[in-house]
Amino acid sequence: MDPFESIKQTFFQECDELLTDAEQGLLAMESGEADDETINAVFRAVHSVKGGAGAFGLEDLIRFAHVFETVMDEIRSGKMELTDEVAKTLLRAFDVLADHVAAARDGGKVEEGRSQGAYGELRGLIGGEEEDDDAMGGGDEDFGFVPLTLSIEGEDAPGGFIDLDAQNAEAGVELPAPDQAPQDELASWTVEFSPKSEMYAKANEAGLVLRELARLGETRVTLIDETLPPLDQLSAEQAYVSWRIQLFTDSDEASIREVFEFVEDDCNLIITRDGAEPSVAAPTDDGLSDDDRAAADSANADLDIAALLARVGGGDAPAEAAPEIVAEAPPEAPAEDVAALIARAQSVAPPPAAKAPTPAPTPPPVAAAAPAAAAAPAAAAANAAPAAAASVTIRVDLDRVDRLINAVGELVIQQAMLSQRVLESGLARSSNVALGLEDLELLTREIQDSVMAIRAQPVKSVFQRMPRLAREVADMTGKRVKLVMEGEGTEVDKTVIERLADPITHMLRNAIDHGLEDPEGRAEAGKPAEGVVRLRALHRGGRIVIELQDDGRGINRPRVRGIAVARGLITEDQVLSDEEIDNLIFLPGFSTAEVISDISGRGVGMDVVRRSIQGLGGRISISSEPGKGSKFTMSLPLTLAVLDGMVVTAAEQTLVAPLSAIVESLTPRTEDVHYIGGKDAVIRIRDTFVPLIDVGVALGFRETAIDPASGVAVLVESEGGGKAALLVEAIQGQRQVVIKSLEANYQQIDGVAAATILGDGRVALILDVDALVTTQRRKPAARPSEKRMAS
Amino acid sequence: MTAPVTTSTGPSRELIAFRIGDQEFCVDIMQVREIRGWTTATPLPRTPAYMKGVINLRGAVLPIVDLGARLGLTTAEPSARHVIMVVNQGHRTLGLLVEAVSDIINVTEDMVQPTPDVACDQVKTFVKGLFAIEGRMVSLISLDRVLPEIEAEAA
Repeated sequence: MDPFESIKQTFFQECDELLTDAEQGLLAMESGEADDETINAVFRAVHSVKGGAGAFGLEDLIRFAHVFETVMDEIRSGKMELTDEVAKTLLRAFDVLADHVAAARDGGKVEEGRSQGAYGELRGLIGGEEEDDDAMGGGDEDFGFVPLTLSIEGEDAPGGFIDLDAQNAEAGVELPAPDQAPQDELASWTVEFSPKSEMYAKANEAGLVLRELARLGETRVTLIDETLPPLDQLSAEQAYVSWRIQLFTDSDEASIREVFEFVEDDCNLIITRDGAEPSVAAPTDDGLSDDDRAAADSANADLDIAALLARVGGGDAPAEAAPEIVAEAPPEAPAEDVAALIARAQSVAPPPAAKAPTPAPTPPPVAAAAPAAAAAPAAAAANAAPAAAASVTIRVDLDRVDRLINAVGELVIQQAMLSQRVLESGLARSSNVALGLEDLELLTREIQDSVMAIRAQPVKSVFQRMPRLAREVADMTGKRVKLVMEGEGTEVDKTVIERLADPITHMLRNAIDHGLEDPEGRAEAGKPAEGVVRLRALHRGGRIVIELQDDGRGINRPRVRGIAVARGLITEDQVLSDEEIDNLIFLPGFSTAEVISDISGRGVGMDVVRRSIQGLGGRISISSEPGKGSKFTMSLPLTLAVLDGMVVTAAEQTLVAPLSAIVESLTPRTEDVHYIGGKDAVIRIRDTFVPLIDVGVALGFRETAIDPASGVAVLVESEGGGKAALLVEAIQGQRQVVIKSLEANYQQIDGVAAATILGDGRVALILDVDALVTTQRRKPAARPSEKRMAS
Repeated sequence: MTAPVTTSTGPSRELIAFRIGDQEFCVDIMQVREIRGWTTATPLPRTPAYMKGVINLRGAVLPIVDLGARLGLTTAEPSARHVIMVVNQGHRTLGLLVEAVSDIINVTEDMVQPTPDVACDQVKTFVKGLFAIEGRMVSLISLDRVLPEIEAEAA
């Protein structure tokens, strides 16, 4: 691949992570839980996006990210109050920012109106800061032309940053102004800032940095152009000029350093407090290469910490400890976080003496000093420093993992095959071979579990898209929604995760659009104006359960019933329990929205959701309480690769029933089997009657059912409620089977969930219990819509 | 084996010819992945009669189509003499049950004759053209619609 392309891809991957961080930060800000660090993290994330965008010349994105960043900056510097309104505006603008990133990645274009609207809103927030707006050229001019604020009296420098002459002149004019001495209580710092070409290559602007610095206090900027070659030797790619800034501020060094956070690796920076020793000794004439020097710069910062820690650890800490730490923290590893550093320092140094000062005050300088080449990870790491210490991960191509999983799948089949052969050969169960095989089986299981764990991922990747969706739908419908998410860390196989997004999206839309009342309606019902939608993931019984609960109006059962009758889905006199009525909404062609809305109308309804869930081997159900809200529960297998099944025989076919659906198995007695009407059999199990379904007939393998007394009934429970007894000839046993898709080479078959390969190498079908039960239950209604496959 | 017939112009292609009943058909050799003996297939419920079921092809589930039945000729009662041609069709892989593979023939595009206008729908659907090879007639089969059509997803 084109190296530039691959860098760009990395950038977009990083963007995704950054945006996720930013969104979380913004949500925290909205809920008022944000501390300064959160706001800083959002600022850094947006800034990093902008910086990267600059490197690729993504103008639209830069422009938008810039104004966003400006607002964030106002907030973090305390110039703007973080009100609810501001937070909401930021969240809306964030969605547009995400769109800009997506547009830049996929080559699309963000809807002009939305972008402009959000841009305008942001600009509105910083309305008071006219100087900024003007300085940014009203947002419409070419971003590359960045004016530089050098003035002491607040007047704007007219020249662009590339305009060296103008800058010279400006600097020259300013310098002889010693009579404007700042207040005495402000400390005076001298900052020598010498950017390297790399800094510009990463789309950082010296002008912006200087402007940023000027916010800390009064600055006097001197341009150092001694190294500037004659024009004919000037290379456009090189950086020649540096600046000496005298800064009068009450900020400490860390704050000054923070200004340079993003460029630190790519410039030489000397910060001296006037009248004090240089705090960062970076000799520029020691024969080191620029890179070495940059490393030394950042390493020096670490060294300070290390030295401090060494002191904490007691006076007798080995003197080599500090250099060692520095050596271990190469500049290429910016994500080296404070916690790890402290941990390592402590492991090198003896335990801290009780009287020693705590190392608590150290993190800010380290965070600020962390090499910011890849500012993103650094920011993220600094943010999460206390929690996520060193979790070592590797990135592996998913293809390789899939290959491994396939191979293990084959191993499981092979192992089952071998066991069966050994059993058939008549070897005693206590023989060494049989015992060895048992161990092999355990080992195989363990390998399989471990391999599946590799592909397991938290559902967070799906959940994190939902807040945005909720905001959008709420905006469109004029409702107020608070989305509460729980269990984002619940892990499930990646293949399941990928296919979760659509159903959850659909259900969430539905919950907001149909479930929640509008604010007036809620007021009438005595509920708070803001509706609450709860999205929850949890593990239960070897499956993942996802619940979506709203506190809306609940299902209007008479109406649902009426519609179902009108559409011919049920007959008028059919007696249905409340639960059964609720579940009618999953029937194909059912949509209760009287006004087909843009959001969840479109003529597709919950049946599509149910189908996609079923396609995953999952089930979905609803429980609802009128006036209180509804709750959708989906339960899905943790993996699409293996299944615990019961192997049965029906109509001479070997079939597998998922163990998760099976309640019990029993031998029917003739006196317990009754017939309703013609052939529809029910069986009495203890005190309830459940339908008795002959599997061979249900699958169309034979015409007439076998005598119930000659077979075995397997009592199953479907997620949609409702039990049924499946009548089969015999049960062969329980087995873990590897799920093979029928759809890969063929298509979905009603009543069959998937296929598997048994120990004898033959294909066996896995029953779709739900489909068997529900098909049976709504047989009369389903018939008209039954389609023959084209032949 | 027949000597390649390459007297005419145009790019040449290789085809695999096979027999069903007393007729000969062929498909492009590039579509054929392998040819294997018949093994008992697991029947699928609610499928047309020409769907013989599925077999295990090294861990993958392979649907088997009785091509004779699909073309409206004879319904094969598969025996050990029958072979399964494993073919690629789009992104799918499927097995075609045929009586025997007879030949590999080398043809050029201009040897393909259009299918005569015959009434039978199945012929129109599956036969893309005809070849005359040494006095025999070989029909070129299109595999695009061999599988039952996927029911339109209600989406």
